[in-house]
Amino acid sequence: MKKISVAVTGLNAIDSPGPGISVIRALRESKVFDVRIIGLSYETLEPGIYMHDLVDKTYQVPLPSTGMELLMQRLAYICSQEKMDVIIPNFDAELFNYIKLSDRIKKELGISTFLPDLDAFEARHKVNLSEYGKKHGIRVPKSKTIFNIAELSTLKQEFEYPLAIKGKFYDATIVYSYEQAVAAFNKIASKWGLPIIAQEFVRGEEVNVTAIGDGKGALIGAVPMKKQYITDKGKAWSGISIDDNKLLDMTRRLMTSTKWRGGLELEIVKTDAEEYYLLEINPRFPAWIYLAVGCGQNHPEALVRMALGETVKPFTTYEVGKLFVRYSYDMIVDLKEFEKISTSGEL
Amino acid sequence: MKKALYERPVIQRLNVGLMNKYGTKTEFEPVREIDGNSVASLTGQFGSPLFVISEKTIRNTYRDANRAFKTRYPKVQFAWSYKTNYISAVCNVFHQEGSWAEVVSGFEYAKALHNGIPGSKIIFNGPDKTKEELELAIKNDSFIHLDNLDEFYLLREVSAGLSKKPKVAIRVNMDTGIYPMWDRFGFNYENGEAMDVVNKIILNSNMDLVGLHCHIGTFMLAPSAYSVAAAKLSELALSIKKKHNKTIQYLDLGGGFASRNTLKGSYLQGADASPTFDMFAEAISSSLFNAGFSEGDLPLLVLETGRALIDEAGYLLGSVISNKRLSDGRRATIMDFGVNILFTSFWYNHKISPAQPFGQYSEDTVLYGPLCMNIDVVREQISLPPLKKGDQVVVHTVGAYNMTQWMQFIAMRPAVVMIDLNNKVHLVRKREGLETIEGQEVLPGYLKNCER
Amino acid sequence: MEIKKNIALSDTGFVFDPSTGNSFSTNPIGLEIIQYMRQGLSDGKIQELILNRYEVDKNTVEKDMEDFMTMLSKLKLTGSYEKD
Repeated sequence: MKKISVAVTGLNAIDSPGPGISVIRALRESKVFDVRIIGLSYETLEPGIYMHDLVDKTYQVPLPSTGMELLMQRLAYICSQEKMDVIIPNFDAELFNYIKLSDRIKKELGISTFLPDLDAFEARHKVNLSEYGKKHGIRVPKSKTIFNIAELSTLKQEFEYPLAIKGKFYDATIVYSYEQAVAAFNKIASKWGLPIIAQEFVRGEEVNVTAIGDGKGALIGAVPMKKQYITDKGKAWSGISIDDNKLLDMTRRLMTSTKWRGGLELEIVKTDAEEYYLLEINPRFPAWIYLAVGCGQNHPEALVRMALGETVKPFTTYEVGKLFVRYSYDMIVDLKEFEKISTSGEL
Repeated sequence: MKKALYERPVIQRLNVGLMNKYGTKTEFEPVREIDGNSVASLTGQFGSPLFVISEKTIRNTYRDANRAFKTRYPKVQFAWSYKTNYISAVCNVFHQEGSWAEVVSGFEYAKALHNGIPGSKIIFNGPDKTKEELELAIKNDSFIHLDNLDEFYLLREVSAGLSKKPKVAIRVNMDTGIYPMWDRFGFNYENGEAMDVVNKIILNSNMDLVGLHCHIGTFMLAPSAYSVAAAKLSELALSIKKKHNKTIQYLDLGGGFASRNTLKGSYLQGADASPTFDMFAEAISSSLFNAGFSEGDLPLLVLETGRALIDEAGYLLGSVISNKRLSDGRRATIMDFGVNILFTSFWYNHKISPAQPFGQYSEDTVLYGPLCMNIDVVREQISLPPLKKGDQVVVHTVGAYNMTQWMQFIAMRPAVVMIDLNNKVHLVRKREGLETIEGQEVLPGYLKNCER
Repeated sequence: MEIKKNIALSDTGFVFDPSTGNSFSTNPIGLEIIQYMRQGLSDGKIQELILNRYEVDKNTVEKDMEDFMTMLSKLKLTGSYEKD
């Protein structure tokens, strides 16, 4: 097996988990690679830092808000300590920087990525989603981008409550009144900045698809999932792979027309009338990506292969009716380890 | 034995989610010199605080913008936006590079003439132009951009008695998908107001309609909005051609390109998120090419970019007056510059670098200015190494608007120097003194004495 | 002022207070001062040591030491057991 080293972010396997640990498990199970995993963490208590059977070494990296230069310098430092073949960033908020830096990361550090280009990435932004839907022939709930609180009061002319109030990067709250909308606006804007998005609330069943594209228009793999149990943060605690050809067709069309490179997750509502509304495109693997592996499609492995320039044949089947059930687990960590990551930024 | 470098002792609680020092360490790489001149020698000679302008950066930035547009579109003209920075030395660097002048008041108009720019290379914008100013502009062959109907009637009246035809453009406002929409300036495109005033100009005045102008907003981060604006202005120009057989000579897309500053409330760093000149140029030029102008009618593209051309060339040097601890335990550092001269700190999180070496430990600090006013906050929160009294800092990207919007409040405005291409320092605006204020005052004779 | 006896210190500037579970980080000179405090040195003696070792004037050391002590007490890392 080929020995490679892959850096992964999103080690926060907490109640609202990042995808990192699932991506790492997928890579650990690869039949073609023998991987060394470099964890890249933002905070000192991300569980992945302490999961030594999954993560070989972790380095703290600067928050995306501190800018690209700092990230580049930190990656250069890590490169002086470690060989890294591929980086898989797993947070929405960091993707902008990684996409913009991808050429430099390749040229200066010799590390490959497999990310959508900036146009594709920006176009699927929640702020631009209506436009996106029109362009690619996909139904999207009506939405409005909101820059100040005064605009909230004008919403009732165009929308009916309930509404979804969403942050630019993360967070979404369903609100049932103007007062709730104001509270949600303040909370989300203070955390993620402006604008925020008000979106028509479409009633129906939520289904999700995790998919991966080759950047030339081909769909390499896709697994649809129906959430079985949802936490109070709206995250799937359990989900089951489903057989839905309409969903797969929609995913394939999207891949063809956007030429998406890398992983993504589609959040979709299926109404009683069997209409599919695209709520959101998350431009990276979801936290439940390991279900795809369990169903026979190892998307992270495919991504790494494509990042390294290999051609990957599309997956054609997956097992329907496989469940994932998430669980929490208390690790025992020595203070020495916390001290080390806190003061030296490495563990 | 030589003693070790001292740093103030600091301790802070390790919070989950707190930025670790490996991430922020490099944000404050010391900046010890600007274009070959040490911060200490600059403030030693000209005092602290001090504005420093890099001529090299201005010229490089201008050339980058010029290249981005000229390689994509055949006819391009920049006009230096005086309100952004009208220190004569700055204006003349732009004029030497080939910029016209874009002014928005009689004062700026006079300043442009005084700098030696011919009237025929001045664009006169803004809603406030007096009769005398309009007369002068007509005589000088300047481009007069009409903002409202009252101005149209005034100009018609003024020009009636003159032999020269005024060269005019109208300012157009429009929906480009950007919030807020700047509809307080000019005539609206979508509701037909713009075409109405065009009809009036062509059919019912002795003015020569030569251009169309728009300015869609400020600190724009979306090149696509410019592509909409360029398309709508072109559409208007083409319908004028069709209706009146009148060729519009230039389209003025205004300014508003974002600089590399970071807006408050923005998650990403401005230096990363701001589009490049190439992106704006691509958006605008492809719209113009696709609009359907016949080859001979392709209009001149005028740009009034201010902020994006000068912001990065400006630095503010300052010194620490004092350190204190706020009641809630936060560290506060008081600088010798505040919102009085760094007006833009109201809307940017300016990048600030210490000007001397330090250890790698940093502390969260509130940065205050020296004014006796609660609003005088330069940064609400910034992570800096422990600075001590007298330590110096460099504030980056301050070239736009500060040297025009600064206030003379309880203290005098500092000097401005420009470092030329050979790294030689020139004083371009003197530090104000008591005489600057007193010279303008008139004290009645019976108040000359303090005692009755 | 006395530093809590049971706090754990490491060379990296990591400080752990076992009675509250809080952890802190301090810079090298802060670490040095805390170590002197643990040895039971008086404020005056500590200032003298710092003055001898570093390029700094007396006023600055006095002011910075006072500030550091305030922070230690704010962070509940000091305890004057005798007085209580």
